[in-house]
Amino acid sequence: MSAPMDTLDALRSGSSEGYKYGFVTDIESEQAPPGLNEETVRFISAKKGEPEWLLAWRLDAFRNWQTMSEPHWAKLRVAPIDYQAASYYSAPKSGPKSLDEVDPELLKTYEKLGVPLAERAALAGVAVDAVFDSVSVATTFKETLAELGIIFCSFGEAVREHPDLVRKYLGSVVPQGDNFFAALNSAVFSDGSFAYIPPGVRCPMELSTYFRINAAKSGQFERTLLVADKGSYVSYLEGCTAPQRDENQLHAAVVELVALEGAEIKYSTVQNWYPGDAEGKGGIYNFVTKRGACRGANSKISWTQVETGSAITWKYPSCILEGDNSVGEFYSVAITNNLQQADTGTKMIHLGRNTRSTIISKGISAGRGQNTYRGLVRVQPKAQNARNYTQCDSLLIGSKCGAHTVPYMEVRNSTARVEHEATTSKISDDQLFYCRQRGLSQEDALSLIVNGFCKEVLKELPMEFAVEAQKLLAVSLEGSVG
Amino acid sequence: MTSFLEIKNLHARVADGREILRGIDLSVNAGEVHAIMGPNGSGKSTLASVLTGKPGYEVTEGSVHYEGRDLLALAADERAREGIFLAFQYPVEIPGVNNMYFLRAALNAVRKQRGEKELDAGQFLKIVREKLKLLEIGEDLLQRAVNVGFSGGEKKRNEIFQMAMLEPKLAILDETDSGLDIDALRVVANGVNRLRDPRRAIVVITHYQRLLDYIVPDFVHVLNDGRIVRSGDKSLALELEKRGYADFVRAA
Repeated sequence: MSAPMDTLDALRSGSSEGYKYGFVTDIESEQAPPGLNEETVRFISAKKGEPEWLLAWRLDAFRNWQTMSEPHWAKLRVAPIDYQAASYYSAPKSGPKSLDEVDPELLKTYEKLGVPLAERAALAGVAVDAVFDSVSVATTFKETLAELGIIFCSFGEAVREHPDLVRKYLGSVVPQGDNFFAALNSAVFSDGSFAYIPPGVRCPMELSTYFRINAAKSGQFERTLLVADKGSYVSYLEGCTAPQRDENQLHAAVVELVALEGAEIKYSTVQNWYPGDAEGKGGIYNFVTKRGACRGANSKISWTQVETGSAITWKYPSCILEGDNSVGEFYSVAITNNLQQADTGTKMIHLGRNTRSTIISKGISAGRGQNTYRGLVRVQPKAQNARNYTQCDSLLIGSKCGAHTVPYMEVRNSTARVEHEATTSKISDDQLFYCRQRGLSQEDALSLIVNGFCKEVLKELPMEFAVEAQKLLAVSLEGSVG
Repeated sequence: MTSFLEIKNLHARVADGREILRGIDLSVNAGEVHAIMGPNGSGKSTLASVLTGKPGYEVTEGSVHYEGRDLLALAADERAREGIFLAFQYPVEIPGVNNMYFLRAALNAVRKQRGEKELDAGQFLKIVREKLKLLEIGEDLLQRAVNVGFSGGEKKRNEIFQMAMLEPKLAILDETDSGLDIDALRVVANGVNRLRDPRRAIVVITHYQRLLDYIVPDFVHVLNDGRIVRSGDKSLALELEKRGYADFVRAA
């Protein structure tokens, strides 16, 4: 019962703090010169000591990318991005080997973020792979996991230690040329996380990665690859923050999930990249490709996301339901306040028989924010008895924001059942007054109503993440009611 | 000595400029039950709104003192935390917010103001059980979202339950009898009677004498066209029932 009270507390402290992750860490870092060409790609690959096949894969992606143009179908206004102005590689100079060697400044940063590293990780039972700019800093709990045969490490290490697994699955869900931003990521990705759960193993702890963009003018292009072998289970948490800067920073990540027969992957994200200031200055451009493949029969992939940050969010975590009886789920809360824009949703591609998918999307718009749900449900001819249920709810706060719902349905099998429900509502003055008449302050009232609206999604998050998400909701909506 | 609640020459208008309250004078002491009656549009609900600080009303003249303080200077939530409770005519739905959770947040806000410690889940539940027993109402409403899908009777019962939990010093019941059948009316009225207390003032706003058969007032006031045109004891309500509002309106 303590979680909801934390929301109120966070709100109170939040009003004086603003974006509390906006600090910058002063660390010497090694950066690639700005610009993007084949040399940059070779530079990154060489820095990471990669094998020839991976360099070839990157170059392939880069050549692909050069022929592509930015997608403009989303309901987003994006300032032109100069891909030649950014630096595509930034690493803290002191190359850490173990947790003891990690730069104390860096550890302090994680402390400020509340990331449980080292002993705190042990207490919290979370294995953390922390990605700071482009290099994975330290991976905790590796030994405990190794006893079960679970591999959880930085992407770079996976390439060195488990090249066969990486080579087998990399790009198998999101091909290099999938889209403009995925191609860019494939060419210049610098690090990320890799996890492999062997057959029949239930991962005993939440695997967690914390991303943080620190260096100015650097993009972050991490890559996550998760493979759950037959009959295994894993829950994965991902959190993101970035310092407060006036210029926009690009974040183009790719996440690939593979669930083999009977496996289950639960993937939760709390995205709190710097959203820009009240006038829309600065903030992260978040162009992310996330996709999971339910390859085997009876497998399941569940995405839960709470998107409170970023100036622009372009993100559609999707499921390809190949195996018979496989299940895909998407639970989402997206908040846009001030001048934030979000165009987010999912794709559920039904290929196998008796495949089922559930989509619950909650969009909250405040200030002058624009929030779009965009989702595709596709049932292919062989997907006998496919089922989908979609629920899209939008909540408006104030009169200058917008909510948009763009569902696509393509059904090619007459046995399919596809349902879509959508509502749009506005927080009413009557609701606020009712709460205030019972003694709640305006802010507490707002936070209560919004948390109630998001409840179906928040309950899908692991407990400690749910608490953080509630705090973020409160902080993100600060000042949105006069 | 000034009264617990002292309303003097209160004038108020709504956003479009119409003046609804046109000089209300009313004194209420702790332990008293006052009934305010009047025809539609006489200003009964506006009075409740102005006393509780609902946005959208402007006080143009007069004063309201509560425990000797200028009530109109306080924000709506401050008034609530100072012990003013409104049982809504139309209780508002808050989807997804558990009724118990809502009530605990409200109670802790009020307790904080009184300088009391916040309650943990266990202590809270204990009080909930006591109050339910006192009011003779079931636990069925507790785990549902605030007022969502409640019947008219359930909504009003929930209002009275909240009142019992928050233990206000001044409770205003705005047409609590509207939309209730006779059984529900009895349950709600019994609840209110059990909350009568020498330290608590209750203002009952109603159209009909019917409610006052169950909640017997110490004073009855007739409101018409934004003014109190008659005051008396409980017999005034019976007289009103017999003769209708028309006579009083003319008399004013």
